[in-house]
Amino acid sequence: MSLQAQIRATVGSFDLDVDLTIAPGELVALLGPNGAGKTSVLRALAGLLPIDAGHIALDGLVLDEPAIAIRLPVEQRPIGMVFQDYLLFPHLSVLENVAFGLRSRGVGRAAATARALSWLDRVGLGPEANRKPGSLSGGQAQRVALVRALATDPALLLLDEPMAALDVSTRVELRRELRQHLESFRGVRLLVTHDPVEAMAMADRLIVLEQGRVLQTGSPAEVTQRPRSRYVADLVGVNLFRGTARHDVITITGGGSLTAVGVTDGDVFAVVHPRTVALYRARPDGTPRNVWKGRATDIDLQGDRVRVRLQGLPSIVAEVTPAAVRELGLDRGDQVWIGVKATEVIVYAA
Amino acid sequence: MASTFWPEMALPPPDRRGSAAAPVPFLILAGAGVAFFVLPLLGLLVRTPWGSARELLTSSEALTALRLSLIASLSATAIALLLGVPLAWIYARVAFPGRAICRALTVLPMVLPPVVGGVALLLAFGRGGLLGGWLADVFGIHLPFTTAGAILAETFVAMPFLVITVEAGLRSMDTRFEDAARTLGARRWTVLWRVTLPLVRPSLVAGAILCWARALGEFGATITFAGNFPGRTQTMPLAVYLALETSPESAIVLSLVLLVVSLAVLVGLRDRWLGAS
Repeated sequence: MSLQAQIRATVGSFDLDVDLTIAPGELVALLGPNGAGKTSVLRALAGLLPIDAGHIALDGLVLDEPAIAIRLPVEQRPIGMVFQDYLLFPHLSVLENVAFGLRSRGVGRAAATARALSWLDRVGLGPEANRKPGSLSGGQAQRVALVRALATDPALLLLDEPMAALDVSTRVELRRELRQHLESFRGVRLLVTHDPVEAMAMADRLIVLEQGRVLQTGSPAEVTQRPRSRYVADLVGVNLFRGTARHDVITITGGGSLTAVGVTDGDVFAVVHPRTVALYRARPDGTPRNVWKGRATDIDLQGDRVRVRLQGLPSIVAEVTPAAVRELGLDRGDQVWIGVKATEVIVYAA
Repeated sequence: MASTFWPEMALPPPDRRGSAAAPVPFLILAGAGVAFFVLPLLGLLVRTPWGSARELLTSSEALTALRLSLIASLSATAIALLLGVPLAWIYARVAFPGRAICRALTVLPMVLPPVVGGVALLLAFGRGGLLGGWLADVFGIHLPFTTAGAILAETFVAMPFLVITVEAGLRSMDTRFEDAARTLGARRWTVLWRVTLPLVRPSLVAGAILCWARALGEFGATITFAGNFPGRTQTMPLAVYLALETSPESAIVLSLVLLVVSLAVLVGLRDRWLGAS
């Protein structure tokens, strides 16, 4: 089972332009800020959002291809979808919810009930079969939504923010549980989330989406070590710069420059970890190759570290100890010298 | 309770009902308003000839009118459900040119004087009407001055209540439930029967009750289009009006029956209109 999709669609105020390829057995997370178009991608795959151009094919079966006027109706697609707030039918029992898909696809009442029950047993919810969804806990509702989507044996499973409706206190445990349930599913799995921790904990591969475009794709480690978007850089907590490298000097788009070591000329990204940014009252002599002046616009104590946002060319975030802040006598609005060693600037091609 | 009026307005109290002290002129006017509603009902209760009520109510004229009223109003409600629910669904879900005009025409009978509705019905379904002549020639169907005509008049006046109530329910419903059903393989018809209609059931029930209550009380359009023939088109309100001249006591008893029915409807809908009690 593999998914190949080229999605071009207009969604409200922006255009969706997303290419996706998901290998058999892979669990991919679509990560991005709110309004990036993540849910729209899921809706397009499900057929709930018509695409203007491109194509969607699942294991060779074309679901959508506007150019040749193919558009398989939602109800005929071999998909299962877990919605953000689960959308369990409130007027049906848990069992009827899970049997709904089977009944809709023509399975007889007795067979559908038996299969729905075995699915509920598999996630430990057999005893709750006759309850109404309204009386379930968040975790139980999530499992019902999952088995409701799985009961029809879909080739593609779509999960839209499956953890968002859950209590923060139970999220970690339920995430592990959900992962286990997902592992037994053989089809293509696509998860949408705005939570990077969730994406990294669950997925084999991340696709970072912003304003309807794919910014980056790769394993969780690749994406976090070499972010290609401000969004991911902020999530991971590093400084990200984009610019042009020439003879180890990167001229940053937006002002300023950074010196690094062993850089190939061209369009590059540069990452500087806030921990490696040093602050000085007076201009430091010698050691750091990158020295420039900045003004502290924000000083934020986070646990045993202090994050200092500095405005300058370029602007940067430094992470220092509370003791260092005291020694520097640093206050909001103060001018300081910023130092970054050339060896601490991580550069990769854009 | 001893607080002054204005500070109360500035800061919303946790429970607005009963917590504001009303200014005196308001109290007087509001009291008059309540009395205006209560006095006529009181008059009805005080003047009811309780001793002969049972006898008057079981008289053959009263029973005939009651039976006809029930048949006509329930039939009108059934027709309104049959035609009104699809109409409400289309108004709520399908954008088409002229939708606003169509909807305005659909709810027009709510504000149109019922007598005008009756005249309009005569001009459409009467002997010389737009459709009436054809109906009579081809099918031999004569609607004016028949029970079917009374049902038609009641439907005309009452159906808008059902349509707008159900449309409002459909509009406020979360349509993603329908999306969920479709991803599970349900065709449109299945989605409609197993998801949409069950989810808007409260609106369906409320709309049907409102529609039925309106049909039960219908007078103007019925008497204009269907006339006033006992056993055929003389419904309760018509019987009450006629009885006022010949036997005022039975008019009072019949009115009381309609009042009890209205109260029952109000109690049935109290959760919807007056909040959970």
